[in-house]
Amino acid sequence: MAKKKADPASVALNRELLRSMLLQRRFEERCAEAYALGKIGGFCHLYIGQEAVSTGTLSMLRPDDYVITTYRDHGQALARGLSARSIMAELFGRSDGCARGKGGSMHLFDKAHNFLGGHGIVGGHIPIATGVGFAIKYRGGDQCIVCFFGEAAINNGAFHEAANMAALWKLPVIYIIENNRYGMGTAIERASSIHDIYERAGSYDMARDVVDGQDVFAVRDVVGRAVERARTQGTPTLLEVRTYRFMGHSMSDAVSGTYRTKAELDQYLKRDPIMLLRQRMQDAGEISEDEMAALDAELKALVQDAWDFADASPELPLEALYEDVLVDTTSDAADAAAR
Amino acid sequence: MAIMTYRDALNAALREELRRDDRVFLMGEEVAVYQGAYKVSKGLLQEFGEMRIVDTPITELGFAGVGVGAAMVGLRPIIEFMTWNFALLALDQIVNAAAKMLYMSGGQYNMPIVFRGPNGAALQLGAQHSQAWESWLAHIPGLKVVAPGTPADAKGLLKAAIRDDNPVMVLEGEMLYNVKGEVPDSSDFVIPLGKAEVKRAGTDASIITYGKMVNIALQAAEVLAKDGVQVEVLDLRTLRPMDVPAIVATVMKTNRAVVLEEGWEVCGMGAQVVDYIQRECFDSLDAPIVRVHQADTPMPYTKSLEKAAKPDLAKTVSALRAVCYLD
Repeated sequence: MAKKKADPASVALNRELLRSMLLQRRFEERCAEAYALGKIGGFCHLYIGQEAVSTGTLSMLRPDDYVITTYRDHGQALARGLSARSIMAELFGRSDGCARGKGGSMHLFDKAHNFLGGHGIVGGHIPIATGVGFAIKYRGGDQCIVCFFGEAAINNGAFHEAANMAALWKLPVIYIIENNRYGMGTAIERASSIHDIYERAGSYDMARDVVDGQDVFAVRDVVGRAVERARTQGTPTLLEVRTYRFMGHSMSDAVSGTYRTKAELDQYLKRDPIMLLRQRMQDAGEISEDEMAALDAELKALVQDAWDFADASPELPLEALYEDVLVDTTSDAADAAAR
Repeated sequence: MAIMTYRDALNAALREELRRDDRVFLMGEEVAVYQGAYKVSKGLLQEFGEMRIVDTPITELGFAGVGVGAAMVGLRPIIEFMTWNFALLALDQIVNAAAKMLYMSGGQYNMPIVFRGPNGAALQLGAQHSQAWESWLAHIPGLKVVAPGTPADAKGLLKAAIRDDNPVMVLEGEMLYNVKGEVPDSSDFVIPLGKAEVKRAGTDASIITYGKMVNIALQAAEVLAKDGVQVEVLDLRTLRPMDVPAIVATVMKTNRAVVLEEGWEVCGMGAQVVDYIQRECFDSLDAPIVRVHQADTPMPYTKSLEKAAKPDLAKTVSALRAVCYLD
């Protein structure tokens, strides 16, 4: 694919993919810095190392599709097109954040992008994704929903209940397991009775596949087939995307040394998804060193702008404490009748 | 007005709202082909079809989450729990998802969803099937909680719950489903959430209660009337948000209060009602408030022990006599 030097559309696409992944990387490097400075509080889970999963997956969706994810959500939010400004402001807890600063790192939401949230309870959002699939079928649309979760969530009852219903009712849901090998510090081999976890879909007669999550094109390929299946047949897919988290589970977790070795980490670092894509594009003559440097500079500036924007944004006033607990509306008759 | 059972009143509310708004659907165990474990959804599958009256596997966590997801993108689910006992498996979806989605999304995703089903004890169903969960649910900001005690309230409150753009918990009662009463026929009959109702006016003492206990309160008031004591019965109807002005008004009028609930004492609904009274009516009380509630034990199967565990007419009468210093 990347070898097609002459195809400008392909080159443009590859640059978009690279840009999306590199933006996530540069953004999160600054998140770590902001966390150390106390500008980001609470929990902060970095996605570094997994960028080919978010970019590869979300580059296959339409704007009217839906996305739902876990608390490790910065990368997917960026890949979905939420602005770096609105995400950084959210991480800083400011009123210009995508959830007005009330959600924080783990709870990014943006209705305009059908980004249905980062969710903090492992497995809890998987049935919600099934419900969105139900709503799509209920309305007769051809959209799909992509639901990201880690490999540790596959052992959770919520996954099995949700997967069974999606297969039983034929719902257009694409469940993406981001298998980064560790549920916090517990290796998959210590948590799951089987290790080819995409095979769990067999219990529900659901389409399934496994793919190298460091290769953005491979991810796009399997996701593309799943999206096609969802749109044309309305049926679900379980995809196991094998990837690796280059950072600790959260900011308080050492990168290596407790539950994984430095040697293991170093092995995976050789398969940095951004490096792999960049190498491929350079080999194919699709991007020069200068262009690469220019792209990097542009993205660093973009992230700096997001930082400055977030820093300047005010926190909500104290009165906002009680806002958005409930809405004070009901479905009025005219609204109901119009449907 | 028609005389109908509490069950039929709920059925009418569901039917009318399903007709009114095609975003509304009913989902739960046995709601469709079986016509409802308690027949509340009788005939709905036949009228509305299997996309809108949906049988689920036995997966409370799963189908509660399906409701949450559907509500996030604009449908208006009614999720039936065969009983609220089983809803414990779904608490993550109710508490962590439905109740907080609006807040943690900064106001972007409201949750027009109803969770409903029978709550509290029936007869000799044992410890796991005989529990009143209202204080658990009413504890949570972001939820509304209603507990209708009459057929008319069942219809009016369920319809209001379905039209509300927030998550509303509707606590019904297995022992109430066959109770008959007058119910307005109008398909626009809706009872506003958050409004208590004086079910019987009186001047000498107040019983503050809700749900299944309303009938016991009315019977107790009848008993006290024979002694010339006029008891006012305040039916809260909605437990969150609670109608505090109505509580204050009745206590300021009678100066004596009994708080009657089906569930356990510790951290129960009655504790909250008593707190509102001591805050607002401290100088108006002529007697300490008395609470009537379930014994502080799991529910026994043993018939005599179960009777001893439950709040009932005799205990309620005794509490009223105590606040009136009659004994």
